[in-house]
Amino acid sequence: MDFLRPDSWADALAAKAEHPDGVPIAGGTDVMVELNFDRRRPSSLIDLTRVRDLSEWYEQDGLVRLGAGVTYARLITELGDQLPGLAMASRTVGSPQIRNRGTVGGNLGTASPAGDSHPALLAAGAEVEVESVRGSRRMPVTDFYLGVKRNALQPDELIRAIWIAPATGPQQFSKIGTRNAMVIAVCAFGLALHPGRKAVGTGIGSAAPTPRVAAEAGAFAGSALDEAGLWESRGELPPSLAREFGQRVRAAAAPIDDVRGSAAYRLHSLSVIARRCLVWAWNDYRKAA
Amino acid sequence: MRGDRSLRATSSRPTRQRPAAPVTPVTGGLGESARRPDATLKVKGEFAYSSDLWAEGMLWGTTVRSPHPRAKIRSIDVSEALMVAGLATVLTADDVPGRKTFGMEVPDQPVLAWGDIRYQGEAVALVAADHPETARRAAALVRVDYEVLDPVVDAEAAMAPDAPALHPSGNVLKHVKVRHGDQQPTADVVVTGEYEVGMQDQAPLGPESGLAIPDGEGGIDLYVATQWLHVDHDQLVASLDLRPAQIRMTMAGIGGAFGAREDISIQIHACLLALRTGRPVKMSYSRQESFVGHVHRHPARLQYEHGATRDGRLVCVKTRIVFDGGAYASSSNAVCLNAATFACGPYEVPNATIDCYVTYTNNPPCGAMRGFGAVQACFGYESQMDKLAAALGMDPVELRLANAMREGTSLPTGQRVEGPAPVAEILRSLRAMPLPPNADGAGEAERDLRELPGGVSNTTHGEGVRRGVGYAVGYKNIAFSAGFDDYATARVRLSVVAGEPIAEVHSAAAEVGQGVVTLQLQIVRTELGVQRAVVLPADTQVGSAGSSSASRQTWMTGGAVKAACEAVRERVLALAASKLGATGRLVLADGAVLVADAGAAPTRVSTLADLLGAEVVEETVEYRHAPTEDLDPETGQGNAHVGFAFAGHRAVVDVDTELGLVKVVEMATAQDVGRALNPQAVEGQLQGGTAQGLGLALMEEIQISGGKVRNPSFTDYLIPTILDMPPVRMDILELGNPVSPYGVKGVGEPPTISSPAAVAAALRAATGRALRRIPVRPEHITGLLETRTDAVPDDPTKPARISAETQ
Ligand SMILES: Cc1cc2nc3c(=O)[nH]c(=O)nc-3n(C[C@H](O)[C@H](O)[C@H](O)COP(=O)(O)OP(=O)(O)OC[C@H]3O[C@@H](n4cnc5c(N)ncnc54)[C@H](O)[C@@H]3O)c2cc1C
Repeated sequence: MDFLRPDSWADALAAKAEHPDGVPIAGGTDVMVELNFDRRRPSSLIDLTRVRDLSEWYEQDGLVRLGAGVTYARLITELGDQLPGLAMASRTVGSPQIRNRGTVGGNLGTASPAGDSHPALLAAGAEVEVESVRGSRRMPVTDFYLGVKRNALQPDELIRAIWIAPATGPQQFSKIGTRNAMVIAVCAFGLALHPGRKAVGTGIGSAAPTPRVAAEAGAFAGSALDEAGLWESRGELPPSLAREFGQRVRAAAAPIDDVRGSAAYRLHSLSVIARRCLVWAWNDYRKAA
Repeated sequence: MRGDRSLRATSSRPTRQRPAAPVTPVTGGLGESARRPDATLKVKGEFAYSSDLWAEGMLWGTTVRSPHPRAKIRSIDVSEALMVAGLATVLTADDVPGRKTFGMEVPDQPVLAWGDIRYQGEAVALVAADHPETARRAAALVRVDYEVLDPVVDAEAAMAPDAPALHPSGNVLKHVKVRHGDQQPTADVVVTGEYEVGMQDQAPLGPESGLAIPDGEGGIDLYVATQWLHVDHDQLVASLDLRPAQIRMTMAGIGGAFGAREDISIQIHACLLALRTGRPVKMSYSRQESFVGHVHRHPARLQYEHGATRDGRLVCVKTRIVFDGGAYASSSNAVCLNAATFACGPYEVPNATIDCYVTYTNNPPCGAMRGFGAVQACFGYESQMDKLAAALGMDPVELRLANAMREGTSLPTGQRVEGPAPVAEILRSLRAMPLPPNADGAGEAERDLRELPGGVSNTTHGEGVRRGVGYAVGYKNIAFSAGFDDYATARVRLSVVAGEPIAEVHSAAAEVGQGVVTLQLQIVRTELGVQRAVVLPADTQVGSAGSSSASRQTWMTGGAVKAACEAVRERVLALAASKLGATGRLVLADGAVLVADAGAAPTRVSTLADLLGAEVVEETVEYRHAPTEDLDPETGQGNAHVGFAFAGHRAVVDVDTELGLVKVVEMATAQDVGRALNPQAVEGQLQGGTAQGLGLALMEEIQISGGKVRNPSFTDYLIPTILDMPPVRMDILELGNPVSPYGVKGVGEPPTISSPAAVAAALRAATGRALRRIPVRPEHITGLLETRTDAVPDDPTKPARISAETQ
């Protein structure tokens, strides 16, 4: 097996073009597990950790441009204000060791329905920038997930960055697991209030073949809040609205039974955490007045 | 790629000479928290575990395992595997020169399968190659033609007359019957219940591994992490068809055991490969292989019926317990006997009818795990005690106090409990401990997510959270029971090196983490009055120490070392008398012989260095505890156990009742340890055992479907993290033991027995749900999933349902 170590983004793209079946490795917290379990025997590994550009973030055009190789640990300490939902999700990933190495780019590369960054990225309406020697393209993150552990990358493409609007309202992330740390999501939910648009962003994790938005539930909550004039008044959230939101999020999911939990529990718990997330976010919104 | 790394990561090179053990800088005699000699190495990650073993020119061994839980092997074709470059050999059952089966109690498990496959993961062939990756590739090319059969995956179904017999002896491996008192009793109040315990794994961090080195003369040296060298040795002798002296075993660094290392794993396989190839062979399981490569805790189904007087006196207990033993016997017989003898709990029970079964199935083999049959029983009888308390309108602790066993109580087996049996003291101590503050008062903002169910996963800020408190108390035998000739051997050698007396201890006791090496050092320092002491590596050059199981090593190897020290001391003092004419009460202290007559200040006769000079005083002693007897097969009567240990727990939990997630707020425990020879080590055992029990209550389960393990990795076999395991409040009672050395009782297992039951009781208190199965899953707490046992209607007035079996 070859171990390729490009020093620059251009070299990385060239390496990927030359070795389309080569496996990129960032933090390695998914790749090394797969190799260890003998699930994968790639002909080459393309180490991206020397590509400086990938591990940087900055604001541009009013958006945060998050390099694919920024670790969860840095996200938590550096981006908690701009990207609170993603930072909360990052906080739930694995253990300190995993957060020190794992990256959002790697989470997208794996595209597991249980990846914790996805619900937050969906709720915030993030975009993924991918590139190859042929050129670069940008797509909404919803278009990036194609199936269980399948994403929209072409064989010669790499993920360069994630573009996310800084939060304009409260965000929440909640994840169900059967122990209190270091656990893969049984299901997860991300929520972002976008008061400017009077919209509620949503993201469901681990309760369908891909991460997905609960579009109908989000639209319902956004307009129900609007009809009651609550975006302006910042009045109390009617409990019935929160409950109905939870039910609609549940309706958007299509989970399976597996060793981590039953489909019935996934649906139930998803409706509960969706409801609670909306309540918490709304309470924050009211306090922020 | 991974192999290359491990090849270079060498840290221990065994030789055939016994390595010189370092003289430990540790000090501290009995009763002190002497520091473990391996503490620093382990904390710094520098300790050499068995998986670090390495020898020049060694090969790597790999096991070919059956993917099917039940099948017949039609043929095995190794021709493709043999073509792999770098391959050294492929072995199948035909290549086992001696006995083709192994097993501690019943040799019913094939070294390599021929004919029948009885569980998923059963070893079929072995491969050795110059590199682990080569070995794995070659193993994948061993073509086994299986006729796949429907597995028998339910212990009850296995007992049905029309079930296919998985072994020539039939599927019921053991049935222990205990009949005590009136068999047709009547009681004012009767509660029935049915409970279930899932299959827990020991989850030791060190995978099974070892290194076999042929000696060039037909014999072999095996370095391996195991719990009992000599029982492995016996099985090696039988299967390798060698003389005992041709097989020398040395303990390698053990990364936890908890029962998982009592059975043979790589031992015979590595030796077969090494003897065939004439080269050192290392085997080291991956985590996934480890999950199928060792036995697990028996899953159990327990039916109970408790009868009591209206004022809360137990009248009778009827129980039927069925263990799923899996494919092979392992130590199932002893587990079954244990569960039967402890089935009623630490209470005075005038009338009892106990039927305890263990059956063969095509599930993974089950055997020893910390608590050994007592854990499952405790979950059953303590759940019943709470249910009975509810039916009587009594406080659950009061009910237990009213029925608590004490010194002199007769067990259902007719055995009288000798020595302290402080069940009531334990319960009172637990009840008197202050409860942790209720967090309800704190405002939302102040609550740290880590203190809530779900932790930083941010599932609740207090919504749905209810607190519950639960109690449980349990007990268990120490050391081997039922007529087993249980002994431990120790050799102690006193000599003078560089002008200083030094004591060397040699035993085969396995240091599984419990601290038996430190303890041996503490004993010789105290008994012989020397500071410099060494524990030599455990090996088969000295007699058996018995297993590091049944909480027995402090008592047994401790007893042997003490007795050997006494024999050495006697000779040294005799020497002082004969050589120097010393008279009076002679003692050893501070590296000298002293006269310590009553009323007078001790005076020095001679230093040990001067007295001994070049002389070496060495004594080897076999220590035995008092004999026990097997139970009568019809009545279950007999003095099966030599001693008992008691522990109790109080669990305080916060439950998110809507999501079914749990935060254990505090675990409190009280345990009679007899005497704490190393208080810190005792505390460590109490905490670790409590954690392992909490794990069983809340998350630890090997999930099996159709005989196949669904979660053979730490990705989905969850063990508690620091956010799941709260601090433990401990009351360590030291009430002594009239029949053991220093008055000790074993401490390793008791904390695992009552902790699961206490957590379950606390969850019931918080949720009001029956929760008849552990591990309790969020599905059970939220009522989304009914277990088989949950479906049994709850009717305390129901007549006796469990009929005594007559077979
Ligand atoms: C103990 C443990 C606990 C874990 N806990 C969690 C958890 O709680 N939540 C969770 O979501 N995940 C968890 N994970 C999984 C893993 O940590 C995450 O998925 C992480 O985000 C992966 O990032 P990485 O940089 O390590 O990716 P890598 O392993 O380096 O790569 C992952 C995948 O992405 C591809 N890739 C990486 N970078 C790029 C790029 N720039 N362009 C194209 N493809 C790329 C790789 O080829 C590979 O397919 C855990 C893993 C472990 C080992």
